[in-house]
Amino acid sequence: MIRFSIYRFNPDKDSKPYMQDYQLDESRLEGRKMLLDAILLLKEQDESLSFRRSCREGVCGSDAMNINGSNGLACITPLSSLKQPINLNPLPGMPVIRDLIVDMESFYRQYRTIKPWLMNDEPEPEIERLQSDEERKKLDGLYECILCGCCSTACPSFWWNPGKYLGPAALLQSYRFLVDSRDKATNERLDELEDPFRLFRCHSIMNCVEVCPRDLNPALAIHNIRKMLLKRAT
Amino acid sequence: MKNNIERRRFDCLVIGAGGAGLRAALQLVQADLHVAVVSKVFPTRSHTVAAQGGMNAALGNLTPDNWHWHMYDTVKGGDFLGDQDAIEYMCRAASRLVIELEHFGVPFTRLENGRIYQRPFGGQSQNYGGEQAARTCAAADRTGHAILQSLYQQNLRSRTHFFDEYFATDLLVSEEGVTQGVMVIDIESGQPLIIEAKTILLATGGSARIFRTSTNAMINTGDGMAMALRAGLPIQDMEFVQFHPTGIAGLGMLISEATRGEGGYLINKDGERFMERYAPHALDLASRDVVSRAIATEIREGRGCGENADYVLLQLHHLDPDIVKSRLPGIRGMSIRFTGIDPVDAPIPVFPTAHYTMGGIPTNRKGQVVVPLHHAPEEPQQGLYAIGECACVSVHGANRLGGNSLLDIVVFGRAAGNHIIDFLADNRFHTPLSEASIEQAMDHIQRWDKKGEGESVADITKQMRVMMEQYCGVFRTQDVLDEGVEKGRELLARLADVRLGDQSKVFNTARIEAFELENQLEVAMATLLSAAARTESRGAHSRLDFPDRDDREWMKHTLYYNRDGGVLDYKPVRTQPLTVDSFPPVERVY
Repeated sequence: MIRFSIYRFNPDKDSKPYMQDYQLDESRLEGRKMLLDAILLLKEQDESLSFRRSCREGVCGSDAMNINGSNGLACITPLSSLKQPINLNPLPGMPVIRDLIVDMESFYRQYRTIKPWLMNDEPEPEIERLQSDEERKKLDGLYECILCGCCSTACPSFWWNPGKYLGPAALLQSYRFLVDSRDKATNERLDELEDPFRLFRCHSIMNCVEVCPRDLNPALAIHNIRKMLLKRAT
Repeated sequence: MKNNIERRRFDCLVIGAGGAGLRAALQLVQADLHVAVVSKVFPTRSHTVAAQGGMNAALGNLTPDNWHWHMYDTVKGGDFLGDQDAIEYMCRAASRLVIELEHFGVPFTRLENGRIYQRPFGGQSQNYGGEQAARTCAAADRTGHAILQSLYQQNLRSRTHFFDEYFATDLLVSEEGVTQGVMVIDIESGQPLIIEAKTILLATGGSARIFRTSTNAMINTGDGMAMALRAGLPIQDMEFVQFHPTGIAGLGMLISEATRGEGGYLINKDGERFMERYAPHALDLASRDVVSRAIATEIREGRGCGENADYVLLQLHHLDPDIVKSRLPGIRGMSIRFTGIDPVDAPIPVFPTAHYTMGGIPTNRKGQVVVPLHHAPEEPQQGLYAIGECACVSVHGANRLGGNSLLDIVVFGRAAGNHIIDFLADNRFHTPLSEASIEQAMDHIQRWDKKGEGESVADITKQMRVMMEQYCGVFRTQDVLDEGVEKGRELLARLADVRLGDQSKVFNTARIEAFELENQLEVAMATLLSAAARTESRGAHSRLDFPDRDDREWMKHTLYYNRDGGVLDYKPVRTQPLTVDSFPPVERVY
């Protein structure tokens, strides 16, 4: 038997949240290994248990949750790596809608704030904008972000400065455009970031790096943005 | 009740926020139209995100190429069931639209000279069947993710209105058959909402989740196709389901064709590179239907690998590890994560896995939904459009080529957007909503409020998926398909006794899964009945009892209606391209 303790809250009927214990017969997994496989089976036992999920392979970012105290994607977290009872909580610091489902709007708003689109007002060539292999490689480790929210919701600065500090995910995306050789809005982007809260509330706590399910490094991106600002100032 | 339902109004409502829906929405919002996108998941979670290998366009950055060769390959790949006007349109538009995506910010992998990297993919040739071409534009092995992100970003920039996490249940159709709006459920509050729109664009994706082992995301439940069926419209060519040759054995995660494009190959238990026997020229880069049949045959004849001899191996470890790491990083991670095997060291166990729905809602190349009404087999339904995997244009015919689906979604997303813009110039007003159709849609929603004991959604879903795998797989015969039809009908009958244990309103995912089950069963029946009727083998529809293609009898499209337990009709293939000569059907060898 695999044992779970799962955060439950249904605003239709619960006045406050509580933890509920579940047990799963391992044989029902039929060899499947991931946490998502297990909680899908728990949902068959109790269809009221609610969580988001879609791709079940770590590319869509739906099933981010707090797993034994650490944020991650259920679909790529092996059950074998988890101590029992497996404690599942919604992503920290976010308003809970129901059970493991949180309201992500504040996270998405910060993403929109950094203007996450390529800006280039030069006339468009008939062919692709040329970019060397070297320039393109600078986007590796940045463009792969799936907006799951694991990093930002693991970041104390993001919790303590709601709406003000952009958080690791948005800053990683900001840097993705700052270093794109095709983007021509570098100064404008840096202007927007030069603010006591938006960027500088990062205290290098590094939780973001630890939890990123895609092995990206938002802390390094933030460090690099600071360097760009410094370089611009001198 | 129905008078209290909130109503919203838009010029155009797009249902689905994958690449197709987002590309169309962008076209519309940039034309200053009032457009909204409804999606049951946050847009970047849509299944386009999982597309790996790339998008075809005859840029010729690596090998000589032109759109006409691409067109030939696509017609042949589809086993001559594709409509050649639409295929010409798509292949001609391809280069321009890849360039446009690059300008939108898609981080394509680059060549030394700064141009977009292209890799060889299955079924691609130079000079109408000659040497292998390299036509698939790639962003490493995360091309779908890169394209979806960029399209979402462009929509954010243009301020498209999004209804994130809203689930569409039914089209609202007037007595005259004009689509006037859609009933949706706000998943968070559980409340219904009526969205009126002068034009409606279905971009809801495919339905390969009806099979147990599938590369598809859990959201790919054929919602748009089923909505069309419930509105009395047909869906086309549903017997053609693509089984991708290389899903991870037993699990289904997709291992991109890019692995073979970069030089990987398949081996059986004897270590034999068996594709040499099935496709002596194209080898592992033959069309997907050909490779999937070859794998299934190897296993049937006892040359499978493993304890149960039930898979084959995909070998990459003879390649330069740096190439694998830089061009296939996602695949490598996926393999390590789910099988414990690093493909740099050892081969990956793979098996043909349900992947793509070639069929769908019938449309023309402008994205208009077309149905046989009074005079012709393809009369446009005013104001109703469908694009992407939920639609059947048909550019993929009986078998889609790898790299053509990302192309399909942007080409027809843009084309439908353009046609909607023209249509709205002459059709400026909403028509009063049909009260009867609202009532019907509310009855549908309230069906799931029935209380009491009954079967569970999960049980029926599971049984449907196993049934489809057993009775409608890679190889088919009349007996097995007929039995599948019976089993499907039984499940459909049992659906009436299914009850939701959880009747709560707020973010009730069990309720959404109940609607998805209804949709999947509709699509499963369409697939089974269409397959049972087609007594030939063509593309992905492979009949052991009718092993040959029969152009005299069967070079036609299937149309399935869900009335009276399922009714079939047929219409001709559009063999006449727009400007070039038709490619007549010939024997298909690779």
